[in-house]
Amino acid sequence: CRQALRRAPGPEVDFARAEREHQLYVGVLRGKLGLQVLELPADESLPDCAFVEDAAVVCEETALVTRPGAPSRRKEVEAVKRVLESLNLNIVEMIDENATLDGGDVLFTGREFFVGLSRRTNQRGAEILADTFKDYAVSTVPVHDALHLKSFCSMAGPNLIAIGSSEAAQKALKTMQQMSDHRYDKLTVPDDAAANCIYLNIPSKGHVLLHRAPEEYPESAKVFEKLKDHMLIPIANTELDKVDGSLTCCSVLINKTSEL
Amino acid sequence: MTTEVGSETEVKKDSEQLGPDKAKDNPEEASETPENQKSRETPSEEAQDSSSVPAPTSQSSPSSQKKEKASPESKGISRFLPPWLKKQKSYTLAEPKDETKKRTTGEQQVVEESECQAPDRIAQPQKSLEEAAAENQHNAKADDKEEKHSVSSAETQPAKEDGKEREVEKVAKEKEEKQAEKEKRETKEVQTAEIKTESIPQKSPKKIKTVQCKVMLLDGTEYSCDLEKRAKGQVLFDKVCEHLNLLEKDYFGLLFYENSDQKNWLDSSKEIKRQIRSLPWIFAFNVKFYPPDPSQLTEDITRYFLCLQLRQDIASGRLPCSFVTHALLGSYTLQAELGDHDPEEHRSDYISEFQFAPNQTQEMEEKVAELHKTHRGLTPAQADSQFLENAKRLSMYGVDLHHAKDSEGVDIMLGVCANGLLIYKDRLRINRFAWPKILKISYKRSNFYIKVRPAELEQFESTIGFKLPNHRAAKRLWKVCVEHHTFFRLVSPEQPPKAKFLTLGSKFRYSGRTQAQTRQASNLIDRPAPYFERTSSKRVSRSLDGAPMGISDQGLLRDFPATGGQAAGDKIIDIEAAGQAKLKEGGREEDGSPVKTPQLELTQDGKSLEEEITSILFSKEGFRAGTGGPFAAASVGPAEGAAGEETAASAAPPPQRHATRAEGPCTGVSDADKSSHETLDIVEEKKQAEVGIEETLVVDETNKGKMQVATDAGETCKVEHLSKKDSSSLPSDSSSSSSSSESEDEEVGEYQPHHRAIEEVIREEQEEEEDMKKKEHEEKIQHVEATPEGSKLNVPVEHTQVTAEDLVQENAVTIATEEKNLSEEIKQDLGEEKEEEQLKLNGDVSHVDIDVAPQIICCSEPPVVKTEMVTISDATQRTEISTKEVPIVQTETKTITYESPQFDGSAGGNAGVLLSAQTITSESISTTTTTHITKMVKGGVSETRIEKRIVITGDADIDHDEALAQAIKEAKEQHPDMSVTRVVVHKETELAEEDEE
Repeated sequence: CRQALRRAPGPEVDFARAEREHQLYVGVLRGKLGLQVLELPADESLPDCAFVEDAAVVCEETALVTRPGAPSRRKEVEAVKRVLESLNLNIVEMIDENATLDGGDVLFTGREFFVGLSRRTNQRGAEILADTFKDYAVSTVPVHDALHLKSFCSMAGPNLIAIGSSEAAQKALKTMQQMSDHRYDKLTVPDDAAANCIYLNIPSKGHVLLHRAPEEYPESAKVFEKLKDHMLIPIANTELDKVDGSLTCCSVLINKTSEL
Repeated sequence: MTTEVGSETEVKKDSEQLGPDKAKDNPEEASETPENQKSRETPSEEAQDSSSVPAPTSQSSPSSQKKEKASPESKGISRFLPPWLKKQKSYTLAEPKDETKKRTTGEQQVVEESECQAPDRIAQPQKSLEEAAAENQHNAKADDKEEKHSVSSAETQPAKEDGKEREVEKVAKEKEEKQAEKEKRETKEVQTAEIKTESIPQKSPKKIKTVQCKVMLLDGTEYSCDLEKRAKGQVLFDKVCEHLNLLEKDYFGLLFYENSDQKNWLDSSKEIKRQIRSLPWIFAFNVKFYPPDPSQLTEDITRYFLCLQLRQDIASGRLPCSFVTHALLGSYTLQAELGDHDPEEHRSDYISEFQFAPNQTQEMEEKVAELHKTHRGLTPAQADSQFLENAKRLSMYGVDLHHAKDSEGVDIMLGVCANGLLIYKDRLRINRFAWPKILKISYKRSNFYIKVRPAELEQFESTIGFKLPNHRAAKRLWKVCVEHHTFFRLVSPEQPPKAKFLTLGSKFRYSGRTQAQTRQASNLIDRPAPYFERTSSKRVSRSLDGAPMGISDQGLLRDFPATGGQAAGDKIIDIEAAGQAKLKEGGREEDGSPVKTPQLELTQDGKSLEEEITSILFSKEGFRAGTGGPFAAASVGPAEGAAGEETAASAAPPPQRHATRAEGPCTGVSDADKSSHETLDIVEEKKQAEVGIEETLVVDETNKGKMQVATDAGETCKVEHLSKKDSSSLPSDSSSSSSSSESEDEEVGEYQPHHRAIEEVIREEQEEEEDMKKKEHEEKIQHVEATPEGSKLNVPVEHTQVTAEDLVQENAVTIATEEKNLSEEIKQDLGEEKEEEQLKLNGDVSHVDIDVAPQIICCSEPPVVKTEMVTISDATQRTEISTKEVPIVQTETKTITYESPQFDGSAGGNAGVLLSAQTITSESISTTTTTHITKMVKGGVSETRIEKRIVITGDADIDHDEALAQAIKEAKEQHPDMSVTRVVVHKETELAEEDEE
């Protein structure tokens, strides 16, 4: 499903390798971590459909089905929505035509949301998110020089924000720190792309962190390796990286004991 | 004779208050001594009403009878009673008089007290228990009495005028008018009585007027009581808390509503009648400061009330939460109120009687029921705790929202909470200013400003302005900020500034305990957990549906006049005209609403300064350090720039300001503006001679993070009080002072009708603001204010102005003491740039140029023309700068400096590090002492410098020299190990002649 992804021209994506990487990704989640993984069928008419994260924001019992900023991706949400419905989540759809929101711009820290205002996400989209998740503060963070807010940051622990070193990343971090009543720890990694990692708190396994492989970002990997309490799982993502895909992009984490 | 008439009048009033049904009772009552009455328990409600004190009189003049009829104060029916009936009553009241007579043998002090007490006892015959406490309070008030009298006379005046204006109107109005006159006379009587007490022993005891208060409690019930008319808010609040059996009461407060949904907190340190403008005194007992961690509350009962508040907040939609949270919180509510789920008892729709959410659905109720079952075994207290644990995490928990617009006119919300100020646009948080980041909070007219510490890499602090719907809203927001900051961030509250003379600006400060103090106090609570009943929230929440408070209150409002209106009748003669009520409003805190017409403004007392500016300044050592050394010069930048502009306007280019010497060019302040201020002053002077126009509060946070550190308590709060002189000081900015200059920059513009000039002045700051704008969503201030409004108001007032100006002499003394401590901690050095800036009155008639338009100045301060003296503590660098501003009143100024030869090594402006600085203001009758303490570190030596500025204000009666000597002596006593290095005496005498342009 990932032939024709878009973004600035760059090296050709090695489709076969991308698929291997993706299988590894799924394998880790399902096999190694014991998560139930629901895979959506690829839709060749939607070249970006691998990046399911952008199509939905799920928090607790509620799922907000987004309206992606890129018009070509709007149809992706339909499949995602169907799956979420099957999980018995409260579904909220973003129907306002003035609203756009990519899940990649939404950072949920466990206490609050930060929504990146980027080319893909606008104020209205953020408002709808705020209306959907009323319990939480929703702060907006301008995002420049990056596709998404989470292109250079993510949660790496319960109270830990992994953040890239670029100026844009640091600036966004400052904004987030100022906006929050809470003080987060930060984990600064040299590479922005490496700052996007997947943190999971799995009852039987504790803190689990999926991060970019040392072959890709050796310096950043070293930083991750300092996290003593985490079970660290390096995952290569070389191919999707070429089309702005990062680790979090390829999944939507849902905390629900499945009855399926 | 006047006196007698007056007292007669009083009697009438009293008798009227008694009401027809009381008529028979009264003789009896009257024959008893107050003590007897006290012990006697009169259960009937009416007995309370009979409260009004019998004023003994034997002669009733016809005129007084007339008045009697007219008195609006009387309860509806009694007003129309035949005179004979009332008369009878008043005759029968002779006995108490005798009682009083005996007492009054002593000096007038005694008389006053007895006046207070006697009525009090009669007033509350049936509450023997509570009485003792209440009485104490009343007694305490006796001292204030005189003052109050004069105030009340002033209050009635406008009412009277008003009444006259509407001659045409119906009878009721006429009555009103007469009533006003009557009251006036009464006041006179009181005044004379004080002098003649002994010669006229039959003088009637002053009766105490009571007003019925109703307080809506959180459980939906209503508490009512009678309060002495002049009671302070605290009295009522204490009564309510006692009724509720609540000890941890500092988190709570009483709200009253103005214009339906404008909620105001009752200031417990002020008289209620000064705060609430319309009659029925109806309050809502509410949580004022939401504790961030309710589990730290000591008592369950406190948590219970917090829960009740939150249930209201949630049901009304004020505290938004998700479906799931609604359900969860609802289930805890059920558990707390109903106990374990009982399938027998709790059938399908037991839940729908409760209101959990603004839009409650069937689905939600099912969810609530489902969750309720899972809480089996939780005690009510545990269920409440769980409820709070979940509620406190809601993002809007404890956030007090205020509508505002940013500088671009975009609707936003400002949320005040424990940690600071949050800015919302729609539901999104777009910015946040934690308390430590805020240097100053101020408001001016309908604008609200915060000055924010410079971000990293930035040099200048920025000021962000917001437009509130109106002046009162701005002030309300400001007060809420002041209170929250103090409560949550400080260890102990600051002293409210108390300048006795001519200070402009709100003196408001939070006077209660801070969270730290209340926690400490509640640790000492030693009582078995009080039993209390959790009343079902069913009924309440239902009735609160939608707009809880507003609606219920209004309902109350509607029926209140029928029942309680008369009791309060004496205060406001007629409920009708809100405007009129406003007129009477004497509360200093209540500034006139912007809507008022100029005339009203005139009569209104001085506090209604439209252009009042009040600000709170927060500063932190970090900031100081940052601005300290090389930056010191830079920090002056904006102010300097402003000054520069100003100079340009007035054609005296003084670039050297940056250096040490700043010769402020005189600035022409538009006279219209000034005059308005003066008027205010005048009025004020008559009453209390106190008008605060601006004040600045400096909070120095020595410890960055939390205020936990107890030792800092003393140091944490600083109050920098800039006292303004009546007419005219224009604030000039001090050139180097880091701390004070900031308090000064931007505001004066408002007073200027000349926008252009102002704009120029501010230019620099605006540039700075541009940067900020890009970065943040916030808007910077456009300093140009809507002058039209202000000037309109001001103009009519103009004439009055000068009269007030009579001689005010002022001495300002600066004593700089220095102490050097060797302490090694510090690393950096830097020249000390500490300057004390002195705002003085400076009059210089020659400079007055009314017609010259835009001379004005930039400074941030109000309308006051201020002379500024900058004292640089480094002896070698010291210079004084006096800026003479346009004074309306001529004054003489003399400055004498005594300096001890020795001085610290701080000379040479070598860099030192400013560790901390604080300013403390205290005052006595005629002196205002501002203490500025700065800690500097230079090359390993830490030096503490204390500068005291003592302003002795008063007329010729005060021996300034003695006061000065006393002040110096006190300073020495306070800091025995310091040496006085310098004394500057700045004397200003106003020439009596007035200048009316």
